[in-house]
Amino acid sequence: MSELESQVGRPSVPGPRTQKDVFLSVRDLRIHFDTDDGLVRSVDGISFDLRRGRTLGIVGESGSGKSVTSLGIMGLHRSQRARITGEVWLDNDELIGSSEDFVRRQRGRRMAMIFQDPLSALHPYYTVGAQITEAYRVHHPVAKKVAKARAVDMLDRVGIPEPAKRYSSYPHEFSGGMRQRAMIAMALVNNPELLIADEPTTALDVTVQAQILDLIRDLQKEFGSAVIVITHDLGVVAEIADDLLVMYAGRCVERGTAEQVFAAPQHPYTWGLLGSMPRIDREQTERLIPVRGTPPSLINVPDGCPFHPRCPYADVPEDNVTRTVRPELREVGTGHFTACHLPQEERTRIWTEEVEPKL
Amino acid sequence: MSDLTKSPDPVEPLLKVDGLVKHFPIKKGVLQRTVGAVQAVDGISFDVRPGETLGVVGESGCGKSTMGRLITRLLEPTGGRVEFEGKDITHLSVGQMRPLRKDVQMIFQDPYSSLNPRHTIGTIVGAPFRLQRVTPEGGVKKSVQELLSLVGLNPEHYNRYPHEFSGGQRQRIGIARALALKPRLVVADEPVSALDVSIQAQVVNLLDDLQDELGLTYVIIAHDLSVIRHVSDRIAVMYLGKIVELSDRQPLYETPMHPYTKALLSAVPVPDPKRRAARTSRILLRGDVPSPISPPSGCRFHTRCWKATTVCKTTEPPLLELAPAHRVACHHPENAQDQQPTDTERLAGAPTQDEVVRTSE
Ligand SMILES: Nc1ncnc2c1ncn2[C@@H]1O[C@H](COP(=O)(O)OP(=O)(O)OP(=O)(O)O)[C@@H](O)[C@H]1O
Ligand SMILES: Nc1ncnc2c1ncn2[C@@H]1O[C@H](COP(=O)(O)OP(=O)(O)O)[C@@H](O)[C@H]1O
Ligand code: SF4
Ligand code: SF4
Ligand SMILES: [Mg+2]
Ligand SMILES: [Mg+2]
Repeated sequence: MSELESQVGRPSVPGPRTQKDVFLSVRDLRIHFDTDDGLVRSVDGISFDLRRGRTLGIVGESGSGKSVTSLGIMGLHRSQRARITGEVWLDNDELIGSSEDFVRRQRGRRMAMIFQDPLSALHPYYTVGAQITEAYRVHHPVAKKVAKARAVDMLDRVGIPEPAKRYSSYPHEFSGGMRQRAMIAMALVNNPELLIADEPTTALDVTVQAQILDLIRDLQKEFGSAVIVITHDLGVVAEIADDLLVMYAGRCVERGTAEQVFAAPQHPYTWGLLGSMPRIDREQTERLIPVRGTPPSLINVPDGCPFHPRCPYADVPEDNVTRTVRPELREVGTGHFTACHLPQEERTRIWTEEVEPKL
Repeated sequence: MSDLTKSPDPVEPLLKVDGLVKHFPIKKGVLQRTVGAVQAVDGISFDVRPGETLGVVGESGCGKSTMGRLITRLLEPTGGRVEFEGKDITHLSVGQMRPLRKDVQMIFQDPYSSLNPRHTIGTIVGAPFRLQRVTPEGGVKKSVQELLSLVGLNPEHYNRYPHEFSGGQRQRIGIARALALKPRLVVADEPVSALDVSIQAQVVNLLDDLQDELGLTYVIIAHDLSVIRHVSDRIAVMYLGKIVELSDRQPLYETPMHPYTKALLSAVPVPDPKRRAARTSRILLRGDVPSPISPPSGCRFHTRCWKATTVCKTTEPPLLELAPAHRVACHHPENAQDQQPTDTERLAGAPTQDEVVRTSE
């Protein structure tokens, strides 16, 4: 009992990395943009660890800061207006404080990214094969023939039929699903240890989505990479993620293993996401249970808990604390964190008595 | 045949579609000669009954939006027939359609581009009154404000512009505009797919409430099978310009008959990580949907179907009612009697069961 107590309610303070098999460690990452309208707090204190061979799912609605987080890890915010603080550890290297040149050398080799829109990653005037070959040669000083063979092999691995022939196709000659595969081939050509997939299947039909998720899973198994999958679709994360991070207004509101978050979600926003989705695997419900209102502007993030204007339980914690004090991320079960002022007993009661039966 | 011998049809359909075809010609060269056609919709038939919601699903490019624009007569059909309340509207001109416009309305997918950015919300929602030259009771402004509160918007936002609203609010504006003239039939093309999940649920509930309050009939087009199950009474599954399965909701999800429907359902990601381990097999369709310019012969699904036999390549399967309220176009359906039991020779080149059914580790 005392052991449990020592875990429950302990704030998670960003600090030095503890586990030695952690490959990616993000510590209190903040990314703000100076704009004419004011300071946009796109990412406002995100921390997590990711081990090799594990997949982290980041979920959240449009504008919650998912893409900015991933571009931040990859060192792709070059704008003078971006203010970035915190730490991003890639194994033993800290990237935020490193030179641009160093980060660029990590990119494409040790870490790679798949974007939602493959056309933004593929150049329209070069053949798909030439682009993959080039991506390989940037990091490997090999003969062109060797690199080309590698590219054909990668196209084959991602399931492009007749890869030697399709090597010479241009991106526009591929269907949406094939382009996505080609981009995955390019991202994986250097066996990256970290792969970030930002909405890899959002624009695709369910059938193609299932193929791409399978592909990512297989390749991860083969290469043992650490993977981050970013999506707004809870179904997709449940298919693929080991761990889950729920983002709201640039912050993490809940984090845990996928089993924990789906079986016993702790944050009212996570409850809202679950209540909003019609589910094919459950009895038909009469009505969906939406989250009321709309997501906040990241220029004027509400005081206290940023979710309070939309939260049905905002008045439950005492002394109006919800509107004045920002809730810190606290551990509520082993490795399961949430940022919410609700007393634990009350939270459990609301979930089991009021929310879960309606889902 | 006299009315007495005819089995009584409980309700006359509001909309009746028979053999509907739309081919978009492909033109080439300086002379713009027609060199082929995109067979976007290729002979589909269905009814929509008053007060029901018919859901339409299928992969991108299968002809859902084209179908929606044909039945609302925003497009001219190449062939077939569309009847609204027993009246043939297949080839009515814009002028002839005008009196019917108030009965048949459409909601579009993209809440960003479907509203004119230079017009105020009042102008946008009030436009149908002006187009139809009708003056509602109490005036246009009052009616528009009533419509705005009906869809959950603040009536005081009358003078604001679309860019001042979020995606979900803009979709509500589009819905308010569609409802202005109290239509009988609303065709909604992907009404929630551009919206975030929490907002999507708000709009789904709104459509539901409006149907109850106003007795609306819906045709809802979507690619999301979970959303379609939630909103529909009956569902049509489309593949390459054809309806391959048409059924009441429950039998479609519980005992799908068309192999394509089965594959679609098995691909839906389920928000339950425990199911990942429990799931024994998933049908993984390979490759892409073939081009609608030269669709496969016979059954259009035969290039991707693991049950395909010789007849599938030569003969198009008719859409038959193989169970009550459950129609399917397949020679070898699932959950129903084989329609071509003697044709057992597997089609050469068709994927094998092992190739399409992926057993998770
Ligand atoms: N370069 C930039 N300058 C200013 N603001 C930015 C910039 N990039 C992103 N933002 C803002 O940061 C916030 C988070 O953006 P981000 O793209 O990460 O959201 P997201 O969760 O990926 O959303 P979506 O699902 O729509 O892609 C948004 O409010 C966005 O407008
Ligand atoms: N105006 C047009 N000219 C030529 N082809 C078209 C036109 N409109 C649609 N198509 C084609 O018709 C097919 C069906 O389109 P659509 O009905 O929009 O598909 P869906 O809505 O199911 O995604 C597609 O192949 C599309 O490219
Ligand atoms: S802190 Fe308060 S407002 Fe925020 S999620 Fe918890 S109960 Fe709701
Ligand atoms: S008709 Fe043949 S090819 Fe078409 S779905 Fe049925 S079994 Fe498959
Ligand atoms: Mg994004
Ligand atoms: Mg469409």
